[in-house]
Amino acid sequence: MFSEFLQFLFTGVTIGATYALIALGFTLIYNASHVINFAQGEFLMIGGMATVSFMALGLPMPLAITLAVLLSGLMGVLLQRFAIAPAKKADVVTLIIITIGASIFIRGLAQLLWGKQYHVVPNFSSDEPIRILGAVMNTQSLWVLGIGTVVVVALVLFFTRTMIGKAILATSMNKQASRLVGIKTQFVLMLAFLVSALLGGIAGVVVAPITFTSYDIGIMLGLKGFVAAAIGGLGSGVGAVVGGLCLGIVEAMAAGYLSSDYKDAVAFSMILLVLFFMPRGLFGAKVVERV
Amino acid sequence: MGMTILRRMAAATGITLLAAVFTMSAHAADPIKIGSFLSVTGPASFLGDPELKTLEMYVEQINENGGVLGRPLELIHYDDQGNASSARSFASRLIRSDRVDIIVGGSTTGATMASVPLVEQAGIPFISLAGAVVITDPVKKWVFKTPQSDRMAAERILEDMKDRGFTKIGLISGTGGFGASGRTQTLNVAKRMGMEIVADVTYSGSDTDMTAQLTNIRNTKGVEAVLNFGFGQGPAIVTRNYDQLGMKLPFYQSHGVASDSFLRLAGKAAEGLRLPGSPLLVPESIPEGDPQKNIVRNYKAEYEAKWGQSVSTFGGYAYDGLMLAVNALEAAGSTDKAAVRDALEGIQGYVGVTGEFNMSPDDHNGLDPDSFRILEVVNGGWVLID
Repeated sequence: MFSEFLQFLFTGVTIGATYALIALGFTLIYNASHVINFAQGEFLMIGGMATVSFMALGLPMPLAITLAVLLSGLMGVLLQRFAIAPAKKADVVTLIIITIGASIFIRGLAQLLWGKQYHVVPNFSSDEPIRILGAVMNTQSLWVLGIGTVVVVALVLFFTRTMIGKAILATSMNKQASRLVGIKTQFVLMLAFLVSALLGGIAGVVVAPITFTSYDIGIMLGLKGFVAAAIGGLGSGVGAVVGGLCLGIVEAMAAGYLSSDYKDAVAFSMILLVLFFMPRGLFGAKVVERV
Repeated sequence: MGMTILRRMAAATGITLLAAVFTMSAHAADPIKIGSFLSVTGPASFLGDPELKTLEMYVEQINENGGVLGRPLELIHYDDQGNASSARSFASRLIRSDRVDIIVGGSTTGATMASVPLVEQAGIPFISLAGAVVITDPVKKWVFKTPQSDRMAAERILEDMKDRGFTKIGLISGTGGFGASGRTQTLNVAKRMGMEIVADVTYSGSDTDMTAQLTNIRNTKGVEAVLNFGFGQGPAIVTRNYDQLGMKLPFYQSHGVASDSFLRLAGKAAEGLRLPGSPLLVPESIPEGDPQKNIVRNYKAEYEAKWGQSVSTFGGYAYDGLMLAVNALEAAGSTDKAAVRDALEGIQGYVGVTGEFNMSPDDHNGLDPDSFRILEVVNGGWVLID
């Protein structure tokens, strides 16, 4: 009985940690520009797929992963430079639509370059699962959780301890005032895309051994990540993490205790409930419009 | 004056003769048009891509050997991208503007079923390459198909379970069209064979972890064997989760993942699982004297030599579709649509890549469950069990 519960919890936390990492990427860019970057899932895909092809070239795994994450970061910068920056005068909705277009474009490129097949990334460490109190955990889940924690801590430090991090926060709060105190807001925006894409790339690599990877993996994981970010309250880092974990755990519990048929329905009802009673999400900032 | 008339007459006769010769030769070389709509790109491209390659390759080969009924074949094909509504409009174009003689195509059940009403109305022989049982059950006058149905797969799997003494089954299936239809068929077949589905869980196509569902099956009392009906990456994840949970029950997959790419994804977690598959996966293990042996071996060798990629079961459906069409055209002796249809329905004992086809007025598929071979994964490869 308890082992059953523990099993569902492990499953939920692993999926949830993945959603949380993706949600953090959404949060970062949203904070810096109020744009919801629907190409976030594609960074994930690039992370996983590039690792596969670098490893196929014979590179050792750590190097392949590093290169793949960097490539994903580069993609983020390119996206900002060539798709978002030229339209900086456009309003937020236009920019969001641009990111949707960009995601379709990137996916198309990936399909041409890498084909349509699913690929495997080997586990980072042993394939032998760990047994705890009758429940089983994949070693890769530990990697997902561990790397997720490291990334969250690093992000917190980045935003509270470094000048650049503070500049990004300042830009998100008030663009004009930041410009007045000498922050280059376009540069900050590019930085936000870079960090967010690196984050997406990392998420893509660590989950690839669990989910497999293919040119269209970004659609499904990206959407779930967006949902997690919305539950937590767009723009809140804590919210992204909590939202992701909640979504994952609710999904796993619903699949385990209710029926797997209603798993997604339960998850989506949860979103409706949360957004109905707390329209800004669990941790969303209270925004006061000054007139 | 007399001379002029004579000359004119001669000239006129010459022209008429010439024209006659031209029309005759044009008639002799008039190609037989084979129409096709396939999901060459899009989510079902793993079906349509090898199917189109197979059709192109064998139409070319048949033409080099003199064509059919002394006429060359012409392949007219469109890409429906896995979209049923575009499949329907392409079917309409094939019938109305290309005026094809026979249609071999329809990679997915959706695309096939969308075009069936048009085909039935126009009265044109149509050989579908899609799986679900609804295509030929109930029988439709003009519609035939080459792959085995999911009902046969369910029958074959449950038979093998029964032979091994398992009657209580845990079922996990995808919620996509293939998995859902497979689940229905499995439930029906199990009832008929006196077997019991004691656990019945599902997962959706975008799920990345099925541990929770499998835990439920594991905790259900009395499960003796587990069957997963689905295709795509889902079954590979199920297989891995199954292994991680340390489940030791005999495990079966459906024909939906009978391919080498599944083995690559599932890795060593797939060891020991069984599934019904095409003999194409084990060309060397087919016993000598089996009528399919040479056909399967040749198809595999020719496809791989021409395209430089490994052969797939789905391409085999297109091979059989084209060959059935050619057989029927030859038996009918013309491209008269009703005659070709009757000839298709009368095909007996045609041995193809997928199996031996015995068509009849009540059976427009013509295969029996035994055309599926039960395969087991041993040391990362397929081994023929039955």
